[in-house]
Order: sequence, then C-alpha cells, then structure tokens
Amino acid sequence: MGVKQFGARVARLEDTALLSGRGRFVDDIKLPGTLHAVFVRSTYANARVLDINASEALAMPGVRAVLTAADLPTRMRTQRMPMLVPNTHIKTLRTQHCLAVDEVRYVGQAIAVVIAEDRYVAEDAAGMVFVDYDVLPAVNDVRDAVKDGTPLVHPEFGSNVVVEMPMTFGDVEAAFANAPHVFHEDMWQHRGGGNAMEPRCVLASYEPATELLTVWSATQTPHISRRMLGELLDMNIEQIRSIAPDVGGGFGPKAIFYAEEAVVAFAARHIGAPVKFTEDRREHFLCATQERDQYWNMSIAVDDDGTILGVKGSLLHDTGAFMPWGIIMPYIAAATLPGPYKLKSYNLDITVVFTNKVATTPVRGAGRPQAVFAMERLMDRVAHELNIDPAEVRRRNFIQPEEMPYPVGLTFRDGKPLVYDSGDYPKGQEVALEMSDYSTFRDRQAAARAQGRYIGIGIANYVEGTGLGPFEGVTIRILPNGKVRVATGATNQGQGTRTTISQIVADQVGCRIEDIDISIGDTAAIANGVGAFASRQAVNAGNSAFIAGTEVRGKILKLASRHLGVPEEEINLEDGIATARTGNKPSISFGELASLAQGMPGFSMNPDDSVGLEHTAYFTPLQAAYCSGCHVAEVEVDIGTGGVKINRYSVSHDSGNIINPLIVDGQVQGGVAHGIGNALLEWMKYDENAQPVTATFADYLIPMATDVPTCAIEHVETPSPLNPLGVKGAGEGGTIPAAAAIVAAVENALAPFGCRFVEAPLVPERIVAALSQAGAYGAPVR
Amino acid sequence: MSMTRTINVTVNGTSYEHDVDVRLTLADFLRHELNLTGTHIGCEHGVCGACTILLDGRTARSCLTFAVQVDGHSVTTIEGLAEKDGTLNPLQRAMVDNHGLQCGFCTPGVLATLTELLNDIPNPSEQQVREALTGNLCRCTGYSGMIAAVMQVARANCNDDGRQ
Repeated sequence: MGVKQFGARVARLEDTALLSGRGRFVDDIKLPGTLHAVFVRSTYANARVLDINASEALAMPGVRAVLTAADLPTRMRTQRMPMLVPNTHIKTLRTQHCLAVDEVRYVGQAIAVVIAEDRYVAEDAAGMVFVDYDVLPAVNDVRDAVKDGTPLVHPEFGSNVVVEMPMTFGDVEAAFANAPHVFHEDMWQHRGGGNAMEPRCVLASYEPATELLTVWSATQTPHISRRMLGELLDMNIEQIRSIAPDVGGGFGPKAIFYAEEAVVAFAARHIGAPVKFTEDRREHFLCATQERDQYWNMSIAVDDDGTILGVKGSLLHDTGAFMPWGIIMPYIAAATLPGPYKLKSYNLDITVVFTNKVATTPVRGAGRPQAVFAMERLMDRVAHELNIDPAEVRRRNFIQPEEMPYPVGLTFRDGKPLVYDSGDYPKGQEVALEMSDYSTFRDRQAAARAQGRYIGIGIANYVEGTGLGPFEGVTIRILPNGKVRVATGATNQGQGTRTTISQIVADQVGCRIEDIDISIGDTAAIANGVGAFASRQAVNAGNSAFIAGTEVRGKILKLASRHLGVPEEEINLEDGIATARTGNKPSISFGELASLAQGMPGFSMNPDDSVGLEHTAYFTPLQAAYCSGCHVAEVEVDIGTGGVKINRYSVSHDSGNIINPLIVDGQVQGGVAHGIGNALLEWMKYDENAQPVTATFADYLIPMATDVPTCAIEHVETPSPLNPLGVKGAGEGGTIPAAAAIVAAVENALAPFGCRFVEAPLVPERIVAALSQAGAYGAPVR
Repeated sequence: MSMTRTINVTVNGTSYEHDVDVRLTLADFLRHELNLTGTHIGCEHGVCGACTILLDGRTARSCLTFAVQVDGHSVTTIEGLAEKDGTLNPLQRAMVDNHGLQCGFCTPGVLATLTELLNDIPNPSEQQVREALTGNLCRCTGYSGMIAAVMQVARANCNDDGRQ
C-alpha cells in the first residue's frame, strides 16, 4: 500500500494554478465575439412599470440589443421562475419573473438588459434606458409588514404573511405551567449576504450547428442551473452544458438559480453571439440573495437546578419579495434550536413575511446561527438568573453520547425524523473549555478589571444537520494512458473538492494522486449532479468516490488476476500498477488493463469482464449526518469606543472522520471569520422606503485580518454510522455558533455594568448606547 | 464617444505599446487587453483589494487606476511572481504549505500586498502582517493561513540573513 491519503494533510491540488494567476474563473474565459450584458434595474422598492424607453440606448454605437420581458420566449415571458423546494405550509408562493412584467418588488430587480460590444458601452447604454414608474409605498421592516394597513408586497394575496406554521413536540404549555422558573428574551438577529469575493458571472454561447447551449456560471449548482435553463428556454437538457469552473467563493447565494442566468443564455441564443454578464459589487448587494432579519421572542422553563423543561416562542422571518428556496431557512432554524440539549417540550410558531427587499435564501449556516444564538442566549440567561456557571448549566442539559442515536422529536428539512446519528457533546464542550483556559478565566477577568480592562468569555454549542441529499455522483474511469479520470457533479468554490475527492479515489483505486484527472462541476462530465450547499459534498460526493473506487478496484483486480495468473488476493494495487506479491512478481499497469478492458475488435468479451474499467456511484444519504461543536470566545471591550477585540477563540469540532485536516481547519477558521462578521459587523441596511443604504464594502463591513484571531481548533471525531466513510459536513460549523459565543462574551465583559445583549450584529454604537444607559459614563445624557 | 491614447508599459518584464481608451481601467487593460486574467476584480470601488498589483514595486488598486496612468511605468501582477521556470516563489510555496487560500479569488491582491510587505520588512511581526492585510478582504480563509505563510517566509529570511 502506498501512503494513505484519507486523513492526511495533503497539500491542495488547486493551489498552484490559483497562486500563479492561472485559475479560470468565468470572467477569465474569452470567446471570440463576446457581447456584454448590463441589466437595467429597478430604482424603487415597489412600483408599477408604465413604460420602458430604450430608443436612445439602441441608437448608441456598439449597442446590439435591449431586451425586456416582451422579447423573452413564451415560458420566460408568461410564467415566473421555477421554485425548487416546495412546502405545503406556503400559502401564497411567489417567485420573480426573469425580467419584470409590469411591476417591480425590490430595488435592483431586473427590468431590461442591454447587450453591447463592450461592458463600458453597455453600462453607458443602460443609463440611457428610461423607465417610467408609478411608485408605490414599500414595506421595509418585517415587523411592520405583518401589521394591518401596511403596504402589500403582492396586493393580490391580501396579506404579507406567507407562512404560519408551528414546530412542536411535547406538552410545552404544561411544562411552562408547572415550571419553577420561566425566563423570556426578545431577540433581533440580522445576517447579511454571502459576499463571495467573486461577484456572480455568466457566459453563454449557443452553437447553431450542434444546437448546443454552453453556459459557464459562477454557481454552486451547475446541474440545477441546467435543469432550470432547460425549463425556461424550453430546451432538452441534453442540449445544454452547464459549467461551474473555478468559482470565487459561494457561501449560499451562489446556490440559487438567478434570472440573469436565463436571460443571458436566451440573449446568446437569440442574438447568435456569446454573451457575458459580470455582476459588480453594488449589484451583488442589491440582487444576490441574502439572509437578513429574524425576530425571536422566546421563553425557557427550567427547574431549580437549571434542567430545561421546555422552550417556546415565535420566529418572525423576513423572506423578501420572493421565495426562490421556499422556507428552508426558518425551517432549519426551528429544527436547529434544540441543539445538543435534552428538551422535554418545544413549540416555535414560525411566521414568514414578504417585504420589498431582495429574497432571502441560505447564507453559510442557513438559519442555524440564529437558532443557536436564540438557544444559547436563553442558556446564559438561565445561568445568570440561577447563579450557575454557564458551562455547568449546559453540562446539566446535554444529550449524552450513550443516548445516540437520539431522536429530537421533530422532522428535519430533509423530510426525515430529526435523529442525531452520533456525537459527544459533553466532551466537545470540555475540549473547548480546556483550550480556552476556562478554569483560570475568572481570575484573569478579575485581574483585568482591576486594571480597568473589560474582558469576557462566552460559550456556544451547536448541532448541525449536514450532508443532505438527494445525492451526488462520482464517475471513475481508468484511461488507456494510465490516467484516472474522475468526474463529479460536486462543485468547488474554495472547499478543495478536487483535493479531497482525489484523496479518496487514490486510496481506493491504488493510484498516484497526480495521475488523477478530475472534472468538477461540468454537466457534460457526469449525467446527474446537485452541487454545493448544506455542507453536503464530503458526505455525498466523498462516499460516491469511495463506492465507485471500490467497484473499480474490484474490476482492476479481476482483470489483473487473469492476466497475471495469480489470485486477486495476491495482487497489490499501488501507483497505478497491479503487482503480484508471489512468484516472480509479475505486474501490469492500469493503462494496459484499461486497454484490455476494451476487448479486441470482432472478438467476444470474456464473460467475466465488464466493458471498461469504470464505475459511476450515486451515494444517497438516508438522512442528515449531525456535526457538532463548541466555541469559546474571549473578548476585550473598549468601553470608550464600543470596540470589541477577540483575544482568543477556541473551537472543538466534530465532523466525523476527517478526509484532510488542513482543509477542515481552513473551513472552520474561515467559518468563524464569517461568524465574527455576523456578530459584530455585517448589517445590510435599508431605509424606510426599502432603499439599500449599505451597498459598498465601505458601508457594509466584512471582517479584516485585524478582526479575526487565529483559532485554536481541535477535532472530536465521532464517525457517522450513516455512510461508509463516517464523514460529516464541515463547511458551516465554524459560522454557526460564533455570534452566540461572541455576544455572550461581550455581555460577560460588561457584566459590571449589567449590560444585556440579545441582538446581532452588536455594533460599537449599540455597545456604547447600552453602556451609556447603564451609567458607565456618568448620568445618562439626554 | 471614446478617446484613445497610446501607452508604453512594462508588465512582468515585457514591454507593451497599446492604444487604450482613456477610461479603461488598469484592471481591465491587464485582464482583457493583455489577457493577464490572474488579476481579479472584486468590488470595483477600491476596498476589497483583489485587484491589487505592484506599480513600480508599490501596491496599487488596478480597479481605481486608469491604464493611461501607467504609461512609462512598470507593473507586476500575480503572473510575474513565480520563478522563470514556473516554480513557485517562497511566498507562493508558503501559501500552499499553510492553506493560505481557498477559492483563490482574493489571492492575486494578497500576494501583491505581501510581496510589498516582505520587500519592505523581511521579518515582520504578526501584527504588521495583519495590518498590511487590512487592505485585502478574504471571505474564505479567516486570514490565518496567509498570516502563517508570511511568518514562514519571514523565519526563512531571518535564517538566511543569520540575524536574530
């Protein structure tokens, strides 16, 4: 056996090209004669579109077309965009039109598209397309949107409320009626956008001779894109090739299929030339989907010793003007709330509401950070009120490892009973506390306070359903030149998918990692695929690679056995060569075997042989694999400015067996950075007319190198029993508990002033306001 | 409506004479006229730093610089960092060793910033590295890998010089 790749810190195969400027992102791809698309977007949050006058734009040199909804093919013109994730609780579903038909419902909604010979000219011309609006009152705040008499986002529905559903188990009312202690918190949580560094980008080319449409898109889900394009353009999906080449970050918003992808593809076919759309950052702030506001009004009932008797409350979720991914986020949030704790009863009333803003869809964590924040803030409240250490109150409520598999009592978003498959939550917390020197913290805190410094510590635990279905696929094929061709519908926006899949294949097949030629995110390379979201690719694609590799290994051994004249058990597969361990140790290369597996022209195949050394596996998980972890944040608050510095950040993390610790650590560290943004910085603001007011990186802050400490990370590996590799997802766990831990730490730091915080982001002005109200600067100034 | 001007510029050691639109940004000139697509554009308003290049050895935002402004000057992009035979330079190598990149989109700007830093201060402190990197936003890594990469190069520089 060669060196085992699974579990090793294998250097990433992606890096050399990216470090040399040889990456290939969509905007890097040049096709001769490419035209450039710039969209004309709504400047109002709610309006009727009375007229679109493009005559001046069309007269400009270099402008080839200005398309509006009226120019689109029947399906795109007459129907709204498809919705992928239906749910029977959605009373009044709305998705948007590809280009606005008579009305616009958020600032930035696409109304028309200018196609010109270069992007500069297209931008000029877009400014010369004149839209006549009848401006309508807009609703910005989700709390206003539920009130009577408020402007209606979709007047035909008579209400902005689109979903009202409970998530419940146990007898929560009885639990509260008999509880010795009940505590209540009203929480506001905001999460901003994904803000991948690469904006969205689409390049489409239609070849009349082959009737083939090729679409390169900075997407997490090219196979889904192909399906949507087939439906909207009324094409057989076999006529469409969707490719996600190098993609510069995803984080959720790039999992969504956007109107622009369909419009650009149509324009390319319609005009007969390649068309490219490169989003700018302002458009990304306006039009790429976000998460946003959730209001949690929650109560917890506990015993005298802090044992949880029940949790109940309500969740108000801002879905924006449309709902392309249904109610995934509030649903996940509701199902995530119980976390690692034994809840005897639970009820959450979910209300999902339209507002005149861009749609909300999952951003890294997908509703889980908010649920964890709500639950962990309640736990801290219990600890505070009952004077129990925050770590201890959690300890008293943990599900124990011997209780696995543990049925929570709910149905998860995959439609399956929510059953934790594995995990050791008490150990996870102990490991994180140990890393953080928790036992010495109170002394350190007292010493700091004596010097006038305010340091604090916060703990947050979480459980995350990862590795969701329906499936992902991997094809492995040994080529006659000895190379190992691998194809997967899994995609790569920085996760190192190429590396981790190659590690698994190299181990199973017995080849060198450098002999693997892997295709990622190309619908021409594998028939079926899903893509990246829900921390699902290690579980789905990883296990497909394992299964396909095992099958191909079997075929290699069978063929090699006959040709070498030794039993299969006596053959080693290593570095792409099958070698007998016995006799004079004859060997044959994988390339020669691949040629033999093609047979000879005119001769029958050996009855035992399969044609070609290849296999395609589609692993489909039975249910989610539950990742878990504990974060401990230690912060220092400058009470003069409200600035928060994170001095120390400790993470224990269970994503099951680890394929590549280098990559998993990177996912955790990067995830924490995103969580720091959510805790302290990121706030997508709209004014009272639902006009976005933070549409640059100068106004909307994402964490910088001085904001993010290097985390201490330890892995508590409890393998998932639900898949052959025992893996769980790792892409979102870093983000999920971060805001909860950091806000708790800030509150703890400012405990001498009695400040309480139940919101995120916790920006400096809020901290100063709380300190001011608490009298930290003397008598409150009016 | 456009107006053009002829510029002479040296990019990664090669001299170019091009007629360019006066409003063409340096980033678009590099990417679309010279086909040096390693330089990336993340925000087009000078904050994210993905487009950072070296202009006469100093960092500059190529999205906020017009191509005409580099007439007579020298530009280095990510394509010009490796050794002539394509071997990664020590900083690039350290980025691999320390997982200093994930999606790679911010990487060209990060390398420009860190190249300038290491030219100015061969053995920077971690705090100096962090401060230098505040002009480069990265959404994937949480920065720790790229910081570790610089510290690895700094240690090697230190050993080479026999100092400390």
